[in-house]
Amino acid sequence: MPVEAEARKPSRKSGSSWLEPAYGAALPALAMLAALLIGAVLLLLLKANPVEAYAAMLNGAFGSVFGLTQSMVKATPLLLVGLGICIAFRASVINIGGEGQIIAGALMATWFSLQLRTWPGWLLLPSTMLAGFLAGAFWGLIPGILKVRLSVNEILSTVMMNAIGTQLMNYLLRGPMIDPAGVRAGTFLPQSERVPVQVWLPRLIPQTLLHAGVLVAVALAVVVYIFLWRTTIGYRIRAVGQNREASRYAGINVPVYQALSLTLAGGFAGLAGVVEVIGVQHRMMDGITSGYGFSGIVAALFGGLHPLGLIPASWLFGSLLVGADKMQRAVQVPSALIDTVLGLVVMFVVGSALLSRRWAARRATANRAEGGQP
Amino acid sequence: MTFSDSSVFRLEVGVGILSSAVRLATPYLFAAVGEAIGQSSGVLNLGVDGIMLLSAYASFFVALTTGNLWLGVLAAIAVGLFMGLLMSLISVTLKAEQGISGIGLYMFGLGASSLLFKVTIGTVKTVVGFQPYKIPLLGDIPVLGKILFEHSLPVYAAFAVVPVAWWFMDRTTWGLRIKAAGHNPAAADSLGVSVDRIRYVSVSLGSILAGLAGASLSLALVNLFQENLTAGMGFIAVALVYFGGWRPVAIMGGALLFSTINAFQLWMQVLGVNIPSDLALMLPYLLTIAALALAPNLARQPTALNKPFERGEH
Repeated sequence: MPVEAEARKPSRKSGSSWLEPAYGAALPALAMLAALLIGAVLLLLLKANPVEAYAAMLNGAFGSVFGLTQSMVKATPLLLVGLGICIAFRASVINIGGEGQIIAGALMATWFSLQLRTWPGWLLLPSTMLAGFLAGAFWGLIPGILKVRLSVNEILSTVMMNAIGTQLMNYLLRGPMIDPAGVRAGTFLPQSERVPVQVWLPRLIPQTLLHAGVLVAVALAVVVYIFLWRTTIGYRIRAVGQNREASRYAGINVPVYQALSLTLAGGFAGLAGVVEVIGVQHRMMDGITSGYGFSGIVAALFGGLHPLGLIPASWLFGSLLVGADKMQRAVQVPSALIDTVLGLVVMFVVGSALLSRRWAARRATANRAEGGQP
Repeated sequence: MTFSDSSVFRLEVGVGILSSAVRLATPYLFAAVGEAIGQSSGVLNLGVDGIMLLSAYASFFVALTTGNLWLGVLAAIAVGLFMGLLMSLISVTLKAEQGISGIGLYMFGLGASSLLFKVTIGTVKTVVGFQPYKIPLLGDIPVLGKILFEHSLPVYAAFAVVPVAWWFMDRTTWGLRIKAAGHNPAAADSLGVSVDRIRYVSVSLGSILAGLAGASLSLALVNLFQENLTAGMGFIAVALVYFGGWRPVAIMGGALLFSTINAFQLWMQVLGVNIPSDLALMLPYLLTIAALALAPNLARQPTALNKPFERGEH
């Protein structure tokens, strides 16, 4: 017993032991499998054939060039949101505010590019992306400051910021930012005018919706990896997440890095909003977030909260979303089934943390025994 | 804006606003008091909104198909219990990070309620929900009677939950055990109290109340179900727990403040006062953030909140 207690010590000391399941890819995969099995039971209850449904899903996601590229289109915002989640979670700050941050970024990108529509593309495109990033970052900075200055729980404040962002969007898209064409035609759809053509992201493959945003997202994943593991700021962010007390003794300004991580998280989610506007919809509209603020969390957990692990993870979840659409059409099961399954995946992945910790402890004990030490 | 419009200030408008406020506080009361019980034991259940959604659906569906509102309420309780046990399994037995497992529970409830709604109901339908019942004598008091004593049964029940929860938490052994599990689980454990069992019971109890919150919404307040019916009410309920410092009576104060602003905003629209409604809808959330920032309640926070308990850890 003392041996086991000893072996478990490192994970307890870190104060963020739930991060660790992360490092084994097997458990998330098992969690996914378990969730899909429950999904199959749900399908049976809904009187649909699970084999047929999942086959339709696979076919939808992987059976055609369009499916494959569409998965990447959906993976792009998931990857961007997930990168932000990853930075925040590494600092032990929980960012539930992806939805609001996406909205902030998308609104800003739309407004900014429409205001400056006379600018040439080489100038307007990067500055639009920057503006959207900053808007999202601002949406993350507020809960960040509230957390470190006034001890407001960031989980709650980011959720509130989601609601505020949604109402702001509803107001702007039905009022000041509404598409004048929609007003003239009398449709009054809650959407903005189209953003100027020079900020549209180029399509990578003709006849698909795959846009250059996916390259930006993958490149940023590498940048975030380097940032977190190869720079001093990144090291400090992770140190704060690993052990707040020790970081403070080491002279790290803990509040600053916590607020910074939440701000960066907001920025990346904001960028996801920008990419949805300039890469996919070409305008701001109701429902632009498609729940990416939440599913990005799932992707981040699944990717082991590692920027590079996030690339395959978000691609997988992108495929899942595309497959769900196909399933909906093929076997008439609403794609909400996949949202349900995603919720289970989240619970199972974080629930498996204990198991993976125990396994790690057992491995550590075994290693020590081999090394001949008590 | 036409605030000078005297109709806004007429008595019946004031009575209407306050009466609506009492009514609208119902789901928040159930959910927030339930959440406070769970949190007092040390478990942050962020899945309240998901529980509310799935139980609102379940109670609506059962009431729609059987025509019996009480069977609907029973369905909501069952869903609440099920979700509470699920949350406990992940967060208590498996010691998961509570903030994230709660979000998982929320996503599950949101997804499952949309899925089942689309498959079994499809379009927006309505039921004849719980009807207002004027309490004899009390209902005849001028002004106050109309505000407080002409409501449907779930509204009265929600307000009754507050003193019961206070008594339960402050005056019974169980309440003390729950607080012990939330404030000093190691000490509770060393006294032979099973922390895990207490957390299971508290979370399940809280989730059942969240289930009732869902049922009160679909069977008494709006009498219908649609996708994402709660629109984040469950998260507000969680915030109200912090706002009220884990005390049922203070939570009731927060819920009433919140619902009064909501009711005011709704009535302004009805009266045609020209505030953009989307901006007005932002107000409660801004207020919640402000309240969280200014409420000096953190000292009351259960010290073990959001910390999974493992034996031999201290």
